[in-house]
Amino acid sequence: MQKKTAYSFPDEILEHVFSFIHSGKDRNAASVVCKSWYEIERWCRRKIFVGNCYAVSPTMVIRRFPDIRSIELKGKPHFADFNLVPDGWGGYVLPWISEMAGAYPWLEEIRLKRMVVTDESLELVAKSFTNLQVLVLFSCEGFSTDGLAAIAASCKNLRELDLRDSEVDDLSGHWLNHFPDTYTSLVSLNISCLGSDDVSFSALERLVGRCPNLRRLLLNREVPLDKIANLLSRAPQLIEFGTGTYAAELRSDVYSNLAEAFCNCKELKCLSGFWDAVPAYLPVIYSVCSRLTSLNLSYAPIQNPDLTKLVSQCPSLQRMLVLDYIEDSGLEVLASSCKDLQELRVFPSDPFGEEPNVSLTEKGLVAVSSGCPKLQSVLYFCRQMSNAALVTIAQNCPNFTRFRLCLLDPKIADYRTLQPLDVGFGAIVEHCKDLRRLSLSGLLTDRVFEYIGMHAKKLEMLSVAFAGESDLALHHVLSGCESLRKLEIMNCPFGDKALLANAAKLETMRSLWMSSCSVSLGACKMLGQKMPRLNIEVMDEKGPPDSRAESDPVDKLYIYRSVAGPRFDMPPFVWTMDEDFASELS
Amino acid sequence: MQGGGGGGSESGSMSTVSRDENMVVSSEDSSCPDESGLELGLGLSLGGGGGGGGRQGGGFKMHHVSKGGPYARILTAKDFPSPSSSSSSSSSSPSLSKASVTAGTKRTAESVAVAANGSSQVVGWPPIRAYRMNSMVNQAKVLTMENRKKETSMVENSTIGGYRNNGNTKMKKSTFVKVNMDGTPIGRKVDLNAHESYEKLAITLEDMFLETAPSVNPSGSTALQLDMLNRMTRRSKLLDGSSDFVLTYEDKEGDWMLVGDVPWEMFLTSVKRLRIMRKSEATGLAPR
Repeated sequence: MQKKTAYSFPDEILEHVFSFIHSGKDRNAASVVCKSWYEIERWCRRKIFVGNCYAVSPTMVIRRFPDIRSIELKGKPHFADFNLVPDGWGGYVLPWISEMAGAYPWLEEIRLKRMVVTDESLELVAKSFTNLQVLVLFSCEGFSTDGLAAIAASCKNLRELDLRDSEVDDLSGHWLNHFPDTYTSLVSLNISCLGSDDVSFSALERLVGRCPNLRRLLLNREVPLDKIANLLSRAPQLIEFGTGTYAAELRSDVYSNLAEAFCNCKELKCLSGFWDAVPAYLPVIYSVCSRLTSLNLSYAPIQNPDLTKLVSQCPSLQRMLVLDYIEDSGLEVLASSCKDLQELRVFPSDPFGEEPNVSLTEKGLVAVSSGCPKLQSVLYFCRQMSNAALVTIAQNCPNFTRFRLCLLDPKIADYRTLQPLDVGFGAIVEHCKDLRRLSLSGLLTDRVFEYIGMHAKKLEMLSVAFAGESDLALHHVLSGCESLRKLEIMNCPFGDKALLANAAKLETMRSLWMSSCSVSLGACKMLGQKMPRLNIEVMDEKGPPDSRAESDPVDKLYIYRSVAGPRFDMPPFVWTMDEDFASELS
Repeated sequence: MQGGGGGGSESGSMSTVSRDENMVVSSEDSSCPDESGLELGLGLSLGGGGGGGGRQGGGFKMHHVSKGGPYARILTAKDFPSPSSSSSSSSSSPSLSKASVTAGTKRTAESVAVAANGSSQVVGWPPIRAYRMNSMVNQAKVLTMENRKKETSMVENSTIGGYRNNGNTKMKKSTFVKVNMDGTPIGRKVDLNAHESYEKLAITLEDMFLETAPSVNPSGSTALQLDMLNRMTRRSKLLDGSSDFVLTYEDKEGDWMLVGDVPWEMFLTSVKRLRIMRKSEATGLAPR
């Protein structure tokens, strides 16, 4: 019979082919080719990334992908980092862990970002996933060292434990003791966020001593400087190391031990920590400097000339994080010494001071843009900027993928011409065709958004504050930025029009955050009614929205697409605008 | 609704579901999945008269154009009022009622907290992670302590200079501390620096946790104005003893104390977190 298709490729072969496809995009594309491909693909997908934990339910994920080994989940919106999302908003991981416990007993990797993780969740993880190898809790909260103890005690195959920037209740430093003596598989440990005064140092020493594959160790601030040498001598194979507090009375024995210890770490490439650093102890790392590809001094109150001297010794730097103590002069030295530099972050040492305390201006960034041809990613806090500087920077660095400029006075104009900074940022988006992430600041009119809509075709994430004059601005972005996934806006005069006119766009994005803008309650309700695949969350700590007029602006608005429908774990000050809500009140 | 890129032998709903799921689930932090051929055909008419307060501008439909073209923009630049040269928000949103514009401004104003020294500080600005802010704060304190301890050490020489201009007193940090209330599982965070006194802090906490007496509750801008007035003049129940709860805090030594005993500035430097405790349980704490 001619009708029967000769195309009967054995499933096993297709599965083997799929095993070479790792990118999520490609897998997604393969899954919609036909029913059999969908089936085969879903059975052999091993790794899942869920950018918004409320966009899909654990049940749905498990139903479709029966055998996942690695999961990454993100919870709260990005602005939660700056205290804009009230406590209790959500992002609980427990429902995911509970369901995965039964479905994915072979789960190996859990990566969570901005989620609420309780000790109960961690205990469940420890109990359910005996093969767990990687646990990353990035900017998470809600757990204590008790939960960590459970993980340490049970996860015999754990290779990576990373608590980056998380908020941990330190109940006892003895959680480290729960790693059994037979446990030797640690490769990466980041406890830099822990505050406890008694992270049991002896337990840490023993742990480090018995794990020969340890490559990454980031200590917390409480580990004193004079203990570092001993620790390093037990782990000379380290590639990445973060010190604890880097201040102590100058003592020659401590100094020479440290110098020797660092010298013996022949593979060390990344350094961080340096809390409270004093210049006296900086030279101990000189032997490592020439190899360093990543240096994070953003917690070190070191100033010039010590700071610049240190930087000038690191010609291999690719990634540099530093406080504005580096000043323009230091950045000029960086520009001439570090030709491989790809990423630069300069943080403010005194963000709330009214007068500048250091001489760091736009000139530093211009220098780096000019001297470092591989520069791709910038986060720069400063107090003045000019359109001319931004244009120069844009022309120097057409390869920017991430550009975040934060002018501490959010509505400051070009200091030379007193004009808005529209033209400058316009140049950035025009020249940097691969720009994926952009943060704006300074005095900005609707113009800059016109440029963004016109040019920023690869832009995925845009952060806006105190900018724009009208809805036209928002409309430019929503209608022009084809690749936009995340848009976060605070304190801008954007209302309903642009939002309603571009409602369909919202379904193509992960999320939209708007706080202290002028979106009315009525518009939110309308969106909620008409767009069932969007969750429209209104946050108002003063009372339920129905006590206000339809035309009243909502305080905080968070819109995200979801195939899981509205969530039910919201605190009292968050309301979902959906059909039910609107009809209840009409 | 039609999934153009899918096709094949499966039912339309299957490809739509998997396409939807594919949008939210991916193996890496990649950009939008392939959208070509997707036509939502919403034909929505949003923003028409009736309903929402005073919105004009007629109905604007939306279609989502297929084949990878740009999303149809029924609204063009001409549909929007030309931006005025002044940057006032009221002139650019003629369709919003006056009350809401005023309220909008008020709303923005309210997100500006008043810092200890009287200058305005906006929550969320500058965009520095709380983690980093707290580290910097502790840094300033450590160094000040170091400065006091040591007479002539290298530490002092190299750091006093640095902090000369921005000593502890000028460091207007954003200190958020956790607040828990007995009987309430979900804790909150409050910015201590946004309050100038115990009274103001207590009133904020009351608003967050305790039922306040129901007011007349008018809507619109007057509600917000009344609200602000109310908050400024009201006495705190938590502090004057008339509530069933008292406000306590944990200090740096781990001891729990009643709030209000020490001067406000001293409190700021020693408080680690707050707890709204039942009066019955607060026996044994240092009496006021």
